[in-house]
Amino acid sequence: MATKTETNGPPREWHRPWGIAVGVALLLIVLPLVGREGAGVNLLNALVRFANFVVIPGMTYGSQLALGALGVTLIYAVMRFSDFAHGDTMAFGAMGVILATRVLQGMGISAGPLPTALLALPFGILGAVTLALVFDRTVYRFYRRQRAAPVTFVIASIGAMFVTNGLVRLIIGPSDQRFADGARFIIRVQAFKEMTGLSEGLALRTTQAITLVVAVVVVLALFLFLNRTSLGKAMRAYADNEDLALLSGINPERVALWTWILAATLATIAGTLYGLDKSFKPFTYFQLLLPIFASAIVGGIGKPLGAIAGGFVVAFSEIALTYPYRKVLDYLGFETDSLVQLLSADYKFAVCFIILVVVLIWRPRGIFQGRVI
Amino acid sequence: MADPFLIGEAMTCGYGDANILHGCTIAVEQGEIAVIVGPNGAGKSTAMKAVFGLLPLRGGVVRLGGQDISTLTPPDRVAAGMGFVPQTNNVFPSLTIRENLEMGAYLCPQNIEDRIAQLTNLFPILKERSQQPAGELSGGQRQQVAVARAMMTQPRVLMLDEPTAGVSPILVQELFARIQEIAAAGIAVLIVEQNARQALSLAHRGFVLVQGKNRFTGTGQDLLNDPDVRQSFLGG
Repeated sequence: MATKTETNGPPREWHRPWGIAVGVALLLIVLPLVGREGAGVNLLNALVRFANFVVIPGMTYGSQLALGALGVTLIYAVMRFSDFAHGDTMAFGAMGVILATRVLQGMGISAGPLPTALLALPFGILGAVTLALVFDRTVYRFYRRQRAAPVTFVIASIGAMFVTNGLVRLIIGPSDQRFADGARFIIRVQAFKEMTGLSEGLALRTTQAITLVVAVVVVLALFLFLNRTSLGKAMRAYADNEDLALLSGINPERVALWTWILAATLATIAGTLYGLDKSFKPFTYFQLLLPIFASAIVGGIGKPLGAIAGGFVVAFSEIALTYPYRKVLDYLGFETDSLVQLLSADYKFAVCFIILVVVLIWRPRGIFQGRVI
Repeated sequence: MADPFLIGEAMTCGYGDANILHGCTIAVEQGEIAVIVGPNGAGKSTAMKAVFGLLPLRGGVVRLGGQDISTLTPPDRVAAGMGFVPQTNNVFPSLTIRENLEMGAYLCPQNIEDRIAQLTNLFPILKERSQQPAGELSGGQRQQVAVARAMMTQPRVLMLDEPTAGVSPILVQELFARIQEIAAAGIAVLIVEQNARQALSLAHRGFVLVQGKNRFTGTGQDLLNDPDVRQSFLGG
């Protein structure tokens, strides 16, 4: 106990100057605004615009990345390799959901205001889990028995990625699919404007709200599983110390089986949420691999909490750095002709790369002290 | 004469082409402590690994309670009643102490609370810090967790590979005292130890290995008193 209070003391001292600096900075921004007519309303307008174009999309995209990165990080923790097929597993799972959605729609079944895809989710999960287990039995188990080096697994997973990618394009085709149905908005721009009297509107799409709710539920369930159940603890133990896990009677095949089941389930949920929110296109999912890996590494690979934190860091960096701030600044009284966009949206992948490079050079174990790659 | 409870008899094994053990024999009875000592590279840890099945035998046999277990895998030997504490990486660092103990009972989770209570009597630290990750403990505390985890498998034989490596001198005494209590409860204890003098003083049986062969065998006290052993291994 004594050591605890000691370690808590000094950091608080260190925070004080920063607190003062932030306070002064805020005052400098807010003070000139208060003096102007309608300053309060303009500040609100700026905040609403920021929420509408940065905060809400960031939270949504962050949740999707977090769910994807959780799968990557679980596989890395237990099997000790980066699964390059994960993006395409997301596509495969989402494809299963789309096909099941079409069947359900054909049968006249719907979920009312919610997208039918939520009902179709179990079918997609079943498909993705089956695919993952087929790969595990036919490919990964062989290398596991050989105790192959991690890089062998990585190369094998690239093979699995191409196969999955091909299967998805064969079955559903390479083009865009929209499968969101039900109510489109929870809050509409017009309704928001009328309700608040602000000139700036705020929209909350159903798919965005669903993404957030589902992500919270899934993450809670995953953490309960990992921390409370015997199987979850065994998975953590196996990830921690494989040899000692064997000596404790933990069966590695059973751990591998459940890791794939969890990872494929997370991948399907992430893929479906992403598809509902944006649209489903196989190539996009392949590209998602980069931000997902970046999220897992930024957070500390092998650490589930890190995957979640990393997902939000990457999502907010991508969006905040590519959003044009002109209108927000307009409301704050800084009128300019430029868009005040730090990077063109085309560079959002560059943002991921920069984050990856910075983290790998200066903090290779990530925010939550995961493994060194 | 009846076979000892656990015996690795005339074991020959090694890595690659070279053999490290050449017909080496190690044995321990229930309720006794047997210690393997010897100079660096004598094959002490290798003998332990051979008995536990981590290294395949090229000659000889391992018997537990009269049964030949030479072909069993290490996990099967754990199920057969052998507990093993490796020298390093012997805890799950990100799991709490309590979870480390639970993992020891993974195969047979019956009356787990009783077993944990018993072990927390032996090692009070386990209770005080039960919710702390094992990776945050000091070397000595970590060894206690490692021994306790192995004890959770309810072994009839407890095998410890250099349990005092990296443990402060005061805690070494403490740890040995606990190991004696474990043996007194009727468990066979087999220890590989650098700390030869101290370990032999509490051993019922001592094995001095040199270059993969038994050089001296006897009770711990005999070995301590033997002028040859003293001369060559205990520094006079």
